[in-house]
Amino acid sequence: MIADFFAALFGVTLALILAPFLRTLINRTKARMAGRQGPPLLQPYWSLARLLRKGAVYSTTTTWMFRAGPVVTLATMFGALCLVPFGGNPALLHFEGDVLLMAYLLALGRFFTILAALDTGSSFEGMGANREAFFSALSEPALLLGVAGLGAITGSVSLSGIYGRLGNSAFLGSHLPAMIFILAAFVIVYLTENARIPVDDPTTHLELTMIHEVMVLDHCGVDLAFIEYAGALKLWALGLLITGIVFPVSTGSFWLDAGVSLASMAVLQICVGLVESLMARLKMGRVPLLLGIAFVMSTLWIMWVVR
Amino acid sequence: MAFFLLLSLLIYLLSGLASLAMGRHPAWGTRIVPFGSAAASLCALIPVLYVLAGGTPVDLRAAWSLPVGSFHLHLDLLSAWFALPVILVSPIVSFYGTGYLRRHDRPRETDACGFFLQLLTGGMLFVLLASDGLLFLLAWEIMSMAAFFLVVFEHEEHEVQRAGWIYLVATHLGTAFLFAMFVLLGSRCGSFDFGDFDGLGGVADVVFVLAVVGFGAKAGFFGLHVWLPEAHPAAPSHVSGLMSGVMIKTGIYGLLRVMVLANDWPAWWGWVLIGIGIASGLGGVIYALVQHDLKRLLAYSSVENIGIICLGLGMSVFGVHSVGPVALFAMAGALLHVLNHAVFKSCLFLGAGAVIQAVGTREIDLLGGVQKRMPRTAALFLVACAAVCGLPPLNGFVGEFLIYLASYWSVLPQGLPSVNPRVGGFVVISTLALIGGLAAMCFTKVYGAVFLGEPRSGCGSSATDPGRDMSVPVTILAALCAVFGLGGSLLMLLVASVAARIHPLAMAAPDMAPLREASAVYLNVTLAALVLAAAVYGLWRLRDRLLAGRVVRTGPTWGCGYPHGTPRMQYTGSSFAQPIIAAFRSLLRSELGGDWPAGYLPGRSSFMTHTPGLFMHRFYTPLFAAFARVAVRMRRIQQGGTHVYVFYVVLALVAVLVWSLL
Amino acid sequence: MTDQLVIALLFLVNLRMFATSRLDSLIRGVALQAFLLVCLAVVSREGALSWEGWTFLSVTGLVKCAVLPVMMTRALRSAGIRREVEPLVGYRVSLFIGLIVTGFSIWAAAQLPMPDGAADPLVVAAALISMITGLFLIVARRKAISQAIGYLAMENGVYVLAPALAVHGPLIVETGVLLDVFVGVFIMGVIILHIRQEFKHIDIDRLSELRD
Repeated sequence: MIADFFAALFGVTLALILAPFLRTLINRTKARMAGRQGPPLLQPYWSLARLLRKGAVYSTTTTWMFRAGPVVTLATMFGALCLVPFGGNPALLHFEGDVLLMAYLLALGRFFTILAALDTGSSFEGMGANREAFFSALSEPALLLGVAGLGAITGSVSLSGIYGRLGNSAFLGSHLPAMIFILAAFVIVYLTENARIPVDDPTTHLELTMIHEVMVLDHCGVDLAFIEYAGALKLWALGLLITGIVFPVSTGSFWLDAGVSLASMAVLQICVGLVESLMARLKMGRVPLLLGIAFVMSTLWIMWVVR
Repeated sequence: MAFFLLLSLLIYLLSGLASLAMGRHPAWGTRIVPFGSAAASLCALIPVLYVLAGGTPVDLRAAWSLPVGSFHLHLDLLSAWFALPVILVSPIVSFYGTGYLRRHDRPRETDACGFFLQLLTGGMLFVLLASDGLLFLLAWEIMSMAAFFLVVFEHEEHEVQRAGWIYLVATHLGTAFLFAMFVLLGSRCGSFDFGDFDGLGGVADVVFVLAVVGFGAKAGFFGLHVWLPEAHPAAPSHVSGLMSGVMIKTGIYGLLRVMVLANDWPAWWGWVLIGIGIASGLGGVIYALVQHDLKRLLAYSSVENIGIICLGLGMSVFGVHSVGPVALFAMAGALLHVLNHAVFKSCLFLGAGAVIQAVGTREIDLLGGVQKRMPRTAALFLVACAAVCGLPPLNGFVGEFLIYLASYWSVLPQGLPSVNPRVGGFVVISTLALIGGLAAMCFTKVYGAVFLGEPRSGCGSSATDPGRDMSVPVTILAALCAVFGLGGSLLMLLVASVAARIHPLAMAAPDMAPLREASAVYLNVTLAALVLAAAVYGLWRLRDRLLAGRVVRTGPTWGCGYPHGTPRMQYTGSSFAQPIIAAFRSLLRSELGGDWPAGYLPGRSSFMTHTPGLFMHRFYTPLFAAFARVAVRMRRIQQGGTHVYVFYVVLALVAVLVWSLL
Repeated sequence: MTDQLVIALLFLVNLRMFATSRLDSLIRGVALQAFLLVCLAVVSREGALSWEGWTFLSVTGLVKCAVLPVMMTRALRSAGIRREVEPLVGYRVSLFIGLIVTGFSIWAAAQLPMPDGAADPLVVAAALISMITGLFLIVARRKAISQAIGYLAMENGVYVLAPALAVHGPLIVETGVLLDVFVGVFIMGVIILHIRQEFKHIDIDRLSELRD
């Protein structure tokens, strides 16, 4: 029990320190694919430090909601991070139905982000908020259903229980197709939630094509630092859900498990970078179709489970 | 104990009559109804808490002068649980109502409103206590008619008259089905007393269908819900809050009461309930998203939450035939959602009422920036919005958490022959998740369009926070949202005994231990919420500390370099709903219109969307038009001469005589 | 034997009321009907009649055979009409209907389950035919005075049914019913007067102008 607690604490600390590095991996991959050098390895950290040193400009239209948005987003991201298991060990906080708390904490963060965007009275931010609300409404069922499928396969209703048991390779044989479908759904949800191509382009400067970037258009300085850091934590937390399926190892040795987890996270980010380099962004009207595909994928497991 | 119940009903009646007689007394005329309501609630609270704490059900029989039926009041666990929202919400709503109506300045209608409000609340309590079929119908009619008179408060307005008429027809159509159901049961079981209805007289399936339609008309199941979006906007806001939060729950109570009397719950009942849950939940939230009248939107949102409750009930039906705590959790979740919805929906309606009264319009797209002028109301409305989206740590999350958990449990492999629970759980999870996401979209739209940004028109320019008489009730309700959410574990313990004793569950003999474990599990959520609150506070202080010595300026919102942005360029409520209108075009059949801009340098143009309800438009209106045509032709029977009418009487009497002699 | 004679006379009187068009004939008919029904009540009763029974019957006879017909004749004279004009159902058809009704009431009286100690079913038939005669007059005649006469005939029939079924209500109830009838006809007389004054006629089918 104590060992589990410290293992989980170590995992969370690792996340807090290493999360911005994930963005480095993605950007470097994209740069290399485009034939460029790419930014320095610690660029995200320096960027965060720079933002934290700045002052602030607040719009006269905004109220306390605007100032609350980034804070609540980051706090809920901490909470979600504490619920995701790392390296086959139980998470810091685990109980039956913890996936619900995680999903709804993310929803809480999103709620405040959307309201902060609407608070500015800008039509751009309203546009981004609208799309964010719509797409996440369509992607959340895929996430919850996918976890339900994993639960049906492993026989547990707790994230830590599921991912702890996935290491048992007995499941792979009989339920491989179901797990592949769930994995595909999770990957699409991952790309949506983290505003990656093909859903959203994090590097575009055209507001009409943005979703997440346009929602934070008016934030600056410390607020923007909070938001970017929360984004990095989301990359980590949701990434753990995917790597737990693809590389489920529980060799019994904590350091080996942690190492495998980190390595698989790095591989995931490189894959994301590859996807971003090789695909273009989807037409905005096609995104619901993609999310619909994710939903259908996350439902197909029922055919293998209920036979 | 029974004495307190009678006393409570009596206080409702007397305070109502006193309001009619002495409502305009300058000193304490307006205090009669709220204090009467509070006193009656306190009286009723004693037996309710006694029963919930494990006491024996309270029973009362009295003499009855009619040849059929009996005066039999019975307060058991189910009635006590449903009485909780009535007792909690009605005094708060009454206190709000005095301040709200005072600003309307219609003294005669206000007295009548006070009388009918007491009659409505007393009627609801009476419905929950009635344990005889005829007494139940009597109480049901009292409740429905009192609500009708409250809906037509502003009776000169044409829209209000129409809304009242639709409500009247709908409630009586539902009551007709209930009438048929009770007559069927009475004739099969020999008496109208609920105690004799055990096993539902062997016609359980027919009774179930009649109950679903009859009680569903009151509860607002999709398809039978067409009166909700008409009646709730027309009524004064405190009445809307009471009706939406508490009155529609009496429909759920009736359905549960009928189900409890059955010997067994077949699986197809579960599918019916889940089907209703999907239709109401998704239909309600999608229609809510495209409304631009604030109170209509909240009314559709009530339909959505009734859908969630039905999903829980359906899951519970499946759970009865499977192992594990599925049935218990699902039933507990549905029951908890009944209480929680009453609290946050009435908070929403009361807050909306304050806003509407201050700005003078219900149109969302004419508002904006209200938060700066009414900060207190805005903050309370935010709490209620977060609660209705089911966000932790508020109370909307508790009920949904249990229903989700039940569904997750039922999906697990259990080695049972029937796949119904697993498929049912799967369907419920996907529906709940979709509903939750769309509800978040809906309520961010509402809050954003009304309170945030800049004002889109001059409507809200003189808005201020209402006085204490209207803001204290809303504060209490919002505080209850937070308290019930953080204290979810305690709520679960409270509902455990209720859910466990609901009849077929008791047959399957679950102990309450799983729910106790669930309540211990929920402590984790409470802990996480407290840690979250600490984190928010900590980060806020961190930011203040970091910005302490630095330059913090204000300026206009970034307009991408365009210097002439106007408030009308903001995203409106309709803009927010546009993806939904596009995605669900066939279900909504919205009408889009207005002058589109044409040519280069266009002048004035306009845009409007309008979504009439699908069921109203395509089903009920043509149906009633057909009835009207038939009825017009049948008017020829009414000749006007007395001798023709006496002839009809003679004919009928002779026919009866001959028939009885044959 | 006497009661059979009375019943036969009663049937004849009722048939006369079906077929006549003269209003004073109707009034005489209803008075005769009342007289015959009182006789029937006396004759068909088994055992002696108590003194209160005698008082009651004589009061009834007085009111129904003398007082009420006189009131109605007076109303008739002040209205100044003699005959029913253009009834809704013609006189020959009425007579035919009367015959059918007579047969029906005999059949119905035979079918009805009677309590023990009840009188001859023919008495019940007589009561039934009186009731139906009264109702027919209300339905099928135009003048308001015919309605009053029909009401009185109906009440006569109801009145005799109770002793025929050997149901003895308390005296006060029976007196009350008598009072009802008296007051009803009195009021009808007054109203007929007023209708005549206001509208210059007493045809009730013109009242149908008031319908929806």
